[in-house]
Amino acid sequence: MSELAVTEAELHAYVDGLLPEARRVEVEAYLAAHAEDAQRVRAWREQNHAMRDLFDPVLAESLPARVLRPRLAHRIRPLLRYAAAAGLLMFGGTAGWYLHDYSVAKSVDTVAFAHRAAIAHIVYSPQVRHPVEVGADQEAHLVAWLSKCLGETLKVPQLGSLGYQLVGGRLLPGDQGPVAHFMFQDGSGQRLTLYVRNGGGGKETAFRYAQERGVSVFYWIDGRFGYALSGEVDKSELLRVAKVVYQQLNP
Amino acid sequence: MDGRDRDFVQHIPRLRRYARALTGERGRADDLVQDTLERALVKFHLWQPGSDLRAWMFTIMHNVYINQVRANASAMTTTLDDESVLPAMRATQNDRLEVRDLQIALSRVPEEQREVLLLVGLEQMTYEEAAGVLGIPIGTVMSRLSRARDRLRTLLAGGGTHSALKVVK
Repeated sequence: MSELAVTEAELHAYVDGLLPEARRVEVEAYLAAHAEDAQRVRAWREQNHAMRDLFDPVLAESLPARVLRPRLAHRIRPLLRYAAAAGLLMFGGTAGWYLHDYSVAKSVDTVAFAHRAAIAHIVYSPQVRHPVEVGADQEAHLVAWLSKCLGETLKVPQLGSLGYQLVGGRLLPGDQGPVAHFMFQDGSGQRLTLYVRNGGGGKETAFRYAQERGVSVFYWIDGRFGYALSGEVDKSELLRVAKVVYQQLNP
Repeated sequence: MDGRDRDFVQHIPRLRRYARALTGERGRADDLVQDTLERALVKFHLWQPGSDLRAWMFTIMHNVYINQVRANASAMTTTLDDESVLPAMRATQNDRLEVRDLQIALSRVPEEQREVLLLVGLEQMTYEEAAGVLGIPIGTVMSRLSRARDRLRTLLAGGGTHSALKVVK
């Protein structure tokens, strides 16, 4: 049997699927007879697979706000709209329409805000023993404490008329500082969370809706705070509650 | 103009994947993507219509990355590229190719080799494309690829992920 000369470069091209078919077959035959090279080739191929397994999930990740908040915001603005249209942005569909109304940085930041609120809901609402740091039995203390943390006087909405009672609250780190997180629960154990941060900048926005991993979020900015109300409930049910929250916090 | 933006955006996820693998760190990777996008937008008039936009954007990312690496050279341990620098390491308890192992092993492949390995293995570029992105001859691509793969194999097979050297994250 004549020995086929196979170069190192061809072994790599074999692994990377870059050999012409005829040559691929020859290299395969060579490898069948050369265990050591075959082993290297197997290891290289496994490296390729492992790298893709490890990093391919990045392709599906939502773009963080700051990637699209460059110093050249005016140039990026149209880009963002396409990113939103392509579903690349978190809550892409939602981002698409409100980008027209607000500065890019602000909008993306707000979208990221809703995203963080959804994550906080996902993390804390299923907790059985420690859903909150401070329970509703110490409501006055809870509110005073979180107000102190945020440096502004907070109010907790009373949602009893809608069937939701306060469970309690906790302090969370947000991307711009402290966040107050309140949890409510109805008779069936359905939980809603209200995520409140500073930095409304005196602005007001309409309610915006987003969904992430089955969690619905209504979020808005009003005066000194940004709010996000999250729950694994219908959009209409959440809106019903959001309206009451809004009315109570902004008499 | 519109077409450009649409095309730009299409490449962002892949730029991010590559950046993540290259830097091993989310924050640094996103900085790299951000800087790359900015520079691509500023230099867009230099792009030749009809040529491969993906390759062009990866070239920009490569240049930005190299500049960052140079700027941070003193803070990086990942530039070690001499086998002899690595002390002999004991196999970890687990011989499987763990995610963390791969990440750490990758961080110990010298940058210039890692770039080739990722462009080919992860990004699935041809050797010619990788050579174009990195601005090096194809022979250099092949030799770096070969060294990167053997290095990675040694690191992974030999339990080379045991943290004998501190990996700066």
